[in-house]
Amino acid sequence: MAHQSDLIAEDITAYLKAQEEKSMLRFITCGSVDDGKSTLIGRLLYDSKLIFEDQLSALEADSKKMGTQGQEIDFALLVDGLAAEREQGITIDVAYRFFSTDKRKFIVADTPGHEQYTRNMATGASTADVAILLIDARRGVLTQTRRHSFICSLLGIKRIVLAVNKMDLVDYNQDVLNEIDADYRTFAKDFGFAEITTIPLSALKGDNIIEKSDATPWYDGPSLMHYLETVQVGDARQAADFRLPVQWVNRPNLDFRGFSGTVASGTIKVGDPIKALPSAQESRVKSIVTYDGDLEEAVAGEAITLTLEDEIDISRGDVIAAKDHPPEVADQFEAKIIWMHDDAMLPGRPYLFKTANKTIPGSVTDLKHKINVNTLAKTAAKKLELNEIGVCNIGLDSRIAFDAYGDNKETGAFIIIDRLTNTTVGVGMIDFALRRASNIHWQALDVDKSARADQKHQRPAVLWFTGLSGSGKSTIANIVEKRLFARGRHTYTLDGDNVRHGLNQDLGFTDADRVENIRRVGEVAKLMVDAGLMVMTSFISPFRAERRMVHDLMAEGEFIEVFVDTPIEVCAERDPKGLYKKAKAGEIKNFTGFDSPYEEPERAAIHVKTAEADAEACADQIIEYLEQHGYLNANGGNRD
Amino acid sequence: MTKTLTHLKRLEAESIQIMREVAAEAENPVMLYSVGKDSAVMLHVAMKAFYPSKPPFPLLHVDTTWKFREMIEFRDNMAKDLGLELLVHINEEGVKAGVSPFTHGSAQHTDIMKTQALKAALDKYGFDAAFGGARRDEEKSRAKERVFSFRSAQHRWDPKNQRPELWNLYNARKNPGESIRVFPMSNWTELDIWQYIHLENIPIPSLYLSKKRPVVERDGQLFMVDDDRMPLNEGEEPMMKPVRFRTLGCYPLTGAVESEADTLEDVIQEMLLTTSSERQGRVIDHDSAASMEKKKQEGYF
Ligand SMILES: Nc1nc2c(ncn2[C@@H]2O[C@H](COP(=O)(O)OP(=O)(O)O)[C@@H](O)[C@H]2O)c(=O)[nH]1
Repeated sequence: MAHQSDLIAEDITAYLKAQEEKSMLRFITCGSVDDGKSTLIGRLLYDSKLIFEDQLSALEADSKKMGTQGQEIDFALLVDGLAAEREQGITIDVAYRFFSTDKRKFIVADTPGHEQYTRNMATGASTADVAILLIDARRGVLTQTRRHSFICSLLGIKRIVLAVNKMDLVDYNQDVLNEIDADYRTFAKDFGFAEITTIPLSALKGDNIIEKSDATPWYDGPSLMHYLETVQVGDARQAADFRLPVQWVNRPNLDFRGFSGTVASGTIKVGDPIKALPSAQESRVKSIVTYDGDLEEAVAGEAITLTLEDEIDISRGDVIAAKDHPPEVADQFEAKIIWMHDDAMLPGRPYLFKTANKTIPGSVTDLKHKINVNTLAKTAAKKLELNEIGVCNIGLDSRIAFDAYGDNKETGAFIIIDRLTNTTVGVGMIDFALRRASNIHWQALDVDKSARADQKHQRPAVLWFTGLSGSGKSTIANIVEKRLFARGRHTYTLDGDNVRHGLNQDLGFTDADRVENIRRVGEVAKLMVDAGLMVMTSFISPFRAERRMVHDLMAEGEFIEVFVDTPIEVCAERDPKGLYKKAKAGEIKNFTGFDSPYEEPERAAIHVKTAEADAEACADQIIEYLEQHGYLNANGGNRD
Repeated sequence: MTKTLTHLKRLEAESIQIMREVAAEAENPVMLYSVGKDSAVMLHVAMKAFYPSKPPFPLLHVDTTWKFREMIEFRDNMAKDLGLELLVHINEEGVKAGVSPFTHGSAQHTDIMKTQALKAALDKYGFDAAFGGARRDEEKSRAKERVFSFRSAQHRWDPKNQRPELWNLYNARKNPGESIRVFPMSNWTELDIWQYIHLENIPIPSLYLSKKRPVVERDGQLFMVDDDRMPLNEGEEPMMKPVRFRTLGCYPLTGAVESEADTLEDVIQEMLLTTSSERQGRVIDHDSAASMEKKKQEGYF
């Protein structure tokens, strides 16, 4: 691995010392097929001499065998190790290459091929400090250039190298370069790049790669390598406000409680005032703990553990931030999404959203438009397909702390995970938080059951309480409704009191009337579910067949049978309405449990036993069931 | 004023972030500890990641019973010094069947004593995430590897079913039965590893440094006679030569290089001036035509 430095042979200790101070740069190369991307990367690897002799002799042999460059070395072969994988159908989103010079270590994200281009390039660009956009000098700025620039800008890359390659084929003509440079600057002005550096190159001949070339005496900028070795990066991230997304709560013993994470941006010093989000509790930094000793100060990119002066409750996924410049906290925002899966993104479908260390259920509440990567045209859409980019409103089940991606990549990015397969299906970049009032744009959707449910951010269902008179149905249903209401759910309870006096006042207690009573209640409950509500019904509903009938009225998962199981002696003893007394005295006929049967559910979804647990505990059990079965965390309806 | 993090600090921070993420999300993680230099660095970074806590996972070594004796001693001392739980797994059936590199060939030996044994160990303890020290620069085809690599319940790697990885947001959610291999050192190069060992003074087995050792020459490679299980050919006499190892594994499968480099600096110097890549000393790479991909699909790390 012959490095160029003479120090290696002369004074290895001095060399190592110098090497240990090197910085690192990550960049991405973007180009269309045949622009010379592989040749360029191969050339950088080769010229930084990070190539072993056994690899080199293999390269020379391959080059001759392939004959692509006559007797010359074909540098592209150095990086093209993925042909076999491609044939096997292995997805290569990005290949990472490494090389280093005496000044820097480099990680190159190389995104091969053009199918899946958006997804691949976005992946490579997400971690890149700089992008090298390759342009064939003979062809100038093309559609692809726009696409590449757009994706770079979307992912927040600020520094662009416009690498005008194959200058040897245009006689190193300065006018060609100037024209391309001018074209590109006009066209890129809306992309928000901080710096565009145009370099005339020949990857094949090595012009302006490492050294300035004699073939372009008119060019007064840096060689590509000189640029890469000296470009300033990471300063913006350090200048931004302090953010530490908590990754792991560090509790080795009862006396130490630290918050471990990587500083996403800014700097932090011992004694600095902080605010923890979303709770908004405040404290000060007591110590910055690392294995190598406590620090006085830590900066963006460092993995640290913070301890605080006060005992405040912070858990994984919370963000510790500068007290006076905290991030926003919201559960609804606008974001740009890049879809990465064969199954299209559908608004309203529940997904998981993972931001810095926090995973939260939610859904896309509105797809405003998609953006064509080639023309940048905005078009209306009902879904996002693989490799499409859309501007969306997102609603989460709970609030998160975040920054706009443009201000802070680390706290403004998220990935989208499919809840069934657990795969990553998309990624997003937050633009800004939405005020509730401004975020409901339903014109794109039909107003149907799921639209209504989505609007309420809930999953509608009927909790069908069945049990003897006095078993506790209404009491428990009441508590459950209060709990759901407190969580912001839209609810309604149907019971004897509000149904018998109106809708069903014509019905008595014969078996036929009981059946009709339940049928009507079932139909009303169904309408309410259609309206997007969570409905509690509290009726003895003694017959299995009728409960079955109601079950069959509803869609899968909308009917939850709750058996309030109380022995008849207990009910008779409680006798809240004095009915058991009357029934015993023969004053009421057809009383369930006496002269009318109660058919216990065989497989109720929830079975509460009030003789063993009080009403609150029974309500707990029901809420727990709802949580475990996704009735309370789904943000959005039943679109799938 | 901007404080520039060195490349080693950035790599270290990235590895720490990955390790913490797994500790937070996996139910039962483990660190595969192979006693080599990459494992040494990985373990050192793990000590940093959770400090002042200890890493919240045990170390697992799959012992083929043919490792250099010094590796075993070194391994036990490391675990003891650091106060970490060390699990050693040996494929006892393989031992009973007398599997060795000499009788079964390197490919079969590795398969039975390493690949199969690793799967059995992961199943036995129910580990759902396993850290490995593999790097992307080890081989051209590793360049595209994910940091989080998902395996089916049968430990198979499905190349078509791997997840996009953007930023530092890793999706660690698994389906029932699935497990993850996590490579926190993906972006380190061999040179980074050595520089970091040097900078941080990380202990490594002295096999990496040159010493006079008993070796025999076979097919142009030098092999150390580490114990008397090594069958010698007619007239073959171990010779004492100054050698060191560039990678560590089963001694009958690990070629030595002749060298006078007996300090870490000298080793790094030699490596920087050398002309052959790291994997040359590994017999398994030459042994079969099967690609790395195939081995990985079968569960070789
Ligand atoms: N004349 C000339 N040819 C080049 C240059 N760079 C690359 N090429 C050739 O263009 C073709 C495509 O190059 P390659 O690196 O494989 O392109 P990729 O598809 O972008 O990776 C090959 O035949 C290269 O030799 C250059 O600067 N000048």
